[in-house]
Amino acid sequence: MEIVRSQRKPSASHDVDVAPTLPIYRSAPALEVRLEDFELFAIDRLRVLKGISDGLSRGKKPDELEKLVTDLWKAHMRHPQTSEVVNKDIISHFVLRLVYCRTEELRKWFLSIETTLFRYRFRPESSDVQLSVLLMMLIRLAFEFQKALMAEFDLPYKAVSNAEYEGLKDKLSQVARSIGQSLPSGNYGSLSGISDRIFYKVPFEEVPELVASRRVYIQKGHAYVAMNQVVSLVVTQFRSHLSKALVLTNRKWTSIIREQEKDRLTPIVEALSTGYLGPDYSQPKEYAEISLKDINQVAKTSFPLCMRHLFEKLREDHHLKHGGRMQLGLFLKGVGLKLDDALAFWKAEFSRKVGAERFDKEYAYSIRHNYGKEGKRTDYTPYSCQKVISSTPGVGDHHGCPYRHFSEENLRAALGNMGVSNRALEDVIDKVRNRHYQLACTLTFEAVHASSCDAGINHPNQYFSESQKIMESKVNLLS
Amino acid sequence: MTKEEAENGRDDMLIDGCEPEQGQGNAVPDGFNVNYLKVYYVLGLHERHGCNLPIYYNGLLKSNLLVVLGFRDAYDKLKQRKSQQEWKEMLVLQAVKEKPAESMTCNASRFDLDAESFKYSSLHGLSLFDVLSVTTSIDSLYLDGKHPACDQSYFGRREFSFTLDNDIYLRFQSFNSASELENAVKEKCPFKIDIGPVYSVDPARRHAYAQAGDNVFTPMERELVFDIDITDYDDVRYCCSGACVCLDCWPLMTVAIKVLDTALRGDFGFNHILWVYSGRRGVHCWVCDTKARRLSNEQRAAIADYFRVYKGNENSNRKVSLMGPALHPFLARSYTDVLRKFFEEKLLISQMLFSNEERYEKILEMIPDESITAELRGKWQENRRSSIGNRDINVVRWEQLKHVLQSGKHKGLRRCVEEVVFSYTYPRLDMEVCAILLLSHPLLSLKGCVCVPIDPNHCEDFDPTTVPTLSKLLEEINMGGLRAEGDDEWDRTSLGKSVRYFRAAFLQPLLKSCKEEIEDSYSAKIEQSKNSQSW
Repeated sequence: MEIVRSQRKPSASHDVDVAPTLPIYRSAPALEVRLEDFELFAIDRLRVLKGISDGLSRGKKPDELEKLVTDLWKAHMRHPQTSEVVNKDIISHFVLRLVYCRTEELRKWFLSIETTLFRYRFRPESSDVQLSVLLMMLIRLAFEFQKALMAEFDLPYKAVSNAEYEGLKDKLSQVARSIGQSLPSGNYGSLSGISDRIFYKVPFEEVPELVASRRVYIQKGHAYVAMNQVVSLVVTQFRSHLSKALVLTNRKWTSIIREQEKDRLTPIVEALSTGYLGPDYSQPKEYAEISLKDINQVAKTSFPLCMRHLFEKLREDHHLKHGGRMQLGLFLKGVGLKLDDALAFWKAEFSRKVGAERFDKEYAYSIRHNYGKEGKRTDYTPYSCQKVISSTPGVGDHHGCPYRHFSEENLRAALGNMGVSNRALEDVIDKVRNRHYQLACTLTFEAVHASSCDAGINHPNQYFSESQKIMESKVNLLS
Repeated sequence: MTKEEAENGRDDMLIDGCEPEQGQGNAVPDGFNVNYLKVYYVLGLHERHGCNLPIYYNGLLKSNLLVVLGFRDAYDKLKQRKSQQEWKEMLVLQAVKEKPAESMTCNASRFDLDAESFKYSSLHGLSLFDVLSVTTSIDSLYLDGKHPACDQSYFGRREFSFTLDNDIYLRFQSFNSASELENAVKEKCPFKIDIGPVYSVDPARRHAYAQAGDNVFTPMERELVFDIDITDYDDVRYCCSGACVCLDCWPLMTVAIKVLDTALRGDFGFNHILWVYSGRRGVHCWVCDTKARRLSNEQRAAIADYFRVYKGNENSNRKVSLMGPALHPFLARSYTDVLRKFFEEKLLISQMLFSNEERYEKILEMIPDESITAELRGKWQENRRSSIGNRDINVVRWEQLKHVLQSGKHKGLRRCVEEVVFSYTYPRLDMEVCAILLLSHPLLSLKGCVCVPIDPNHCEDFDPTTVPTLSKLLEEINMGGLRAEGDDEWDRTSLGKSVRYFRAAFLQPLLKSCKEEIEDSYSAKIEQSKNSQSW
């Protein structure tokens, strides 16, 4: 991809107008791009990605996400010239690759959101059973298109033979029923009958998301993927391709591009990543010091519910399981608890349950590890709301997002303890019912601090620092 | 000789070199003692290799290791060039004598004993430490193999980590050969050995590669491991809690093994699966197929999620939710083949799930319809003494509950029966383990219990309360080991059966399939190069 500073050049895409509207970004196109577009397109795409990221952390369901993606795409990715729409898509994608290839954390975020975007753009609207002939044609086209895409990714899959299908029919229909669909009993003439009877037999490793949600039948290492699930296969390929590409881009970036472009693209690229993702709170800055003696007080006033709950459980049980230790431990690090204080803090609690010696031997390592003093020596970043919300606490676990993982009864009790008034409480519960967990947390913040929080809560450490700001201003008012 | 005499006469005995009477002088006290481990290393190492004991100890003498280990007497004796036999007795007795009570109580839980690895030492001419782990036995094939397609660097790229005395934790250890590893273990005497992945480059030299830039230090292969802890079942067992296990609650583990083993083999198509009793509070499952070792994190998580129905955490009531108009074939099969039978015929009665109000309330909580729970509750509260005859109260109440829920009057509640059964019996996997890179040695044990493999086909016969302890093994070696120095010494100890099972059912098939894979890929390569030559 070439970047030119001024006049736009004639686009090469006139004769390729039959190209699929969903590019798979195999390789960077040989296009010339104006510098303004370079940045503007990227910002537009970032708006889409950020919107998806927010939607994910609110726990939106697939159909809601599909609508969200469509809306976001329409709102931001349009271009006055129809011929340029595809180019804008491709250019913005490759610019953001540069922006988000530079650290593991950035790559992870970009990979996960771009994959989601791809998935929902790929999804043909096919779940409706009442299909008119016209719709059937559309679906047929979509299937054709999916097949074309599959060919482009070189997927060597063949449909399951009729004989094999007959042998597995019962199991396959059991799976279909278990996910609320039905396997048509063989209307051979109809199009839907045929397409629903097409299954691809693939190694289970290639459809992890279908395996994870038990939406496929698996036998001897092979998953039987229905035609309408093929999107999952393609998404997996897309993801692994993009993942590898990001690593390669990063190498190119550090070895050549950064230096070559240091006056032109590098500043744009570096500005783009921070502007929209927000700080990662890996380095405590504003309220860098929090000492052990203050921690009880601070926990009461300024911890978000997820951390407060962990903190109280730790005080109560003198123990937390791994997930809880990570969530609270990294949060405290972000809040500004020094390594030595952190060790002392955890030791004081754990030693009452397991003894000081066992603490030193079994638990101290992982605390030092979190601070980047052991093992890989990575300085781990505190968990964001998205990460907390998407965790899956099990038996004996107290981590996760209370708004998502508590039963309503327990959540009400917990909010009551925080001093949330009845009226505010109902508002919070209402948000929770609609799965707006971060909004629920924001409302809680506002109720507890009697002050608005316009930015919204998207990181436990942000909750903390916002809270501290308010506390401090109150103190200043008093004095 | 009375016991007292035996104790008093211990030193004399050593000096005189007289053979202690069986069952008395050889008795090794139960419980765990760190010195057992040390003796174990020393004896085990020596006996496996049949090397000349004094020469070996000369090495120890030089390195001062015996003094460091606390075998001061032994050290002194060494200078006097005692015979092999005396050495052995002395070390064992010394270990017994030096067993400090306090170190037993507070240290016991953290010393993992690497007893099992010694057992496999005489396998097929592989050296002791090749089989330090299940995985190294695969590695060792690459290592020992004279086959031209063997990847000679494979073993050297495997990470080991040692936990030493004094809480020193060494990560990123790697070894180029079995003997290198062996020497390191001898020298460092680790209490705990963790096994990491096989990396793209030698983990010990990862920094050098990091600077080179091109060869990134990243994990390439590691085994797929599941961990099931009995502590996670505390809310459904009333006989024990915490790390305790008895024969009433152990069957929960048996059921977990059955459900998972069937699915790992039947659904996922894995063949080389090792189940081990962790020696403490549950079972570990190691899946060692090549395919399994090469799974990505996302794929591992997918398998874990496939197995996951238990969604409860401490702050919500509903533990299991089974949605949809039908169960997935895997869940349906688990339910009809294993879980239902186990729940109704065993757990219901052994844990007395309906025997009092507190217990049945827990089950009623899972039914979302209040009219039903009220009806049942009423029945059970007043009917306490009425005519149930000789029948077990738990069985009767369960049948009543089933009858009400399945009568068809209440639509949408039929799944409730299954949810209860799943809540109480379905395997609870430790999901975190799937993502963690370092895996505990599968054959390590804690508290002096030796880890033993469990045969999934006969897992109901396994009894965790009779697993051999380290002290018992020492005693057995002590008694028998003096007489024969044969290959299959372990056969005569209480571990013999486990060893035979491990070899025949797990190790040999695994080695065979690894070899076949190597040969296949080699001949494919040959074929390819032949074809290209003919052009």
